[in-house]
Amino acid sequence: MIETGINIALFSMLVVTALVAVRLRHLFGVVMLAGAFSLLSALLLVTLDAADVAFTEAAVGAGISTVLMLGTLALTSRREKIPSHRPWLPLVVVLVTGAAIIYGTLDMPDFGAPDSPAQTGVAAEYIARSPHEIGIPNIVTAVLASYRGYDTLGEVGVVFTAGVGVLLLLGGLRARRRRGRPDGPDGEEG
Amino acid sequence: MDWSYILGHMNYWLFTVMMMTGLYIVIARGNLVKKIVGLNIFQTAVFMFYISIGKVSGGTVPIFPTDMEIDPEVTYSNPLPHVLILTAIVVGIATTSLALALVVRIHEEYDTIEEDDILEIETRIAREENRAHGGAMGGRA
Repeated sequence: MIETGINIALFSMLVVTALVAVRLRHLFGVVMLAGAFSLLSALLLVTLDAADVAFTEAAVGAGISTVLMLGTLALTSRREKIPSHRPWLPLVVVLVTGAAIIYGTLDMPDFGAPDSPAQTGVAAEYIARSPHEIGIPNIVTAVLASYRGYDTLGEVGVVFTAGVGVLLLLGGLRARRRRGRPDGPDGEEG
Repeated sequence: MDWSYILGHMNYWLFTVMMMTGLYIVIARGNLVKKIVGLNIFQTAVFMFYISIGKVSGGTVPIFPTDMEIDPEVTYSNPLPHVLILTAIVVGIATTSLALALVVRIHEEYDTIEEDDILEIETRIAREENRAHGGAMGGRA
């Protein structure tokens, strides 16, 4: 009963945060709301028994991503212009997509059902075998680093690629800025 | 459609509402930073939706006691969605940072991060190029 109350409170705060982010034109506020959204979702993840994911979401979603966005705001602009086109077409697209997704959930098993296909598959094996095969308390870590170690290796590859991409995109930023200034030390237009 | 069915599916519908709010920001708003915020909201909603599939009612966090004395009576929630979403969160921040770097680069080149303005500048450049080279290319000048 208490859990349902907490869930309802968290859900309503999440939805309100997202809706205010739609309306707000001040980008600093939007970024802060995105951070709050991540933190609230981390709370919800704790009630869904995903402690590891909640930690990661709080650190990465609310922490790093907010810092990166603030950095971008510092390098670009702070205010959003009012868009010239009417929002009716996007609204229709979103409503149709949402209706399709909700139609898809109608056949899904109930929330928390112990006999749903997701629970009867390979997960029971992981829980049964990881204590004596891997021997560490945290099953999520055991699966992440051992059973699905290649996934994690691939993830490292993705992060490395993204890092290289960011460096290539922003590498010469300061040099280009200095060159672009008419009264800069080089004195020539980029 | 009875009451327990609605309660059992309410979570999925609320996640869908959040997902669609994020998608609406991505489609309807012209500011590039705000689009990325919308994409993040969409993404986080998908993560929560995915995790909620792994929840077992009466279950607990999939971590054994540190002395590894496992009580067979305890049910654990499904650890597999947690693992997949951990990977997805990290990949998500990697793509977000790449997108933000692109926004900074676009701002450097066009001096704006509004979609409408960028489109206007692009159209102007295309028209000027057409005027300059159109005759030589044999097309309509």
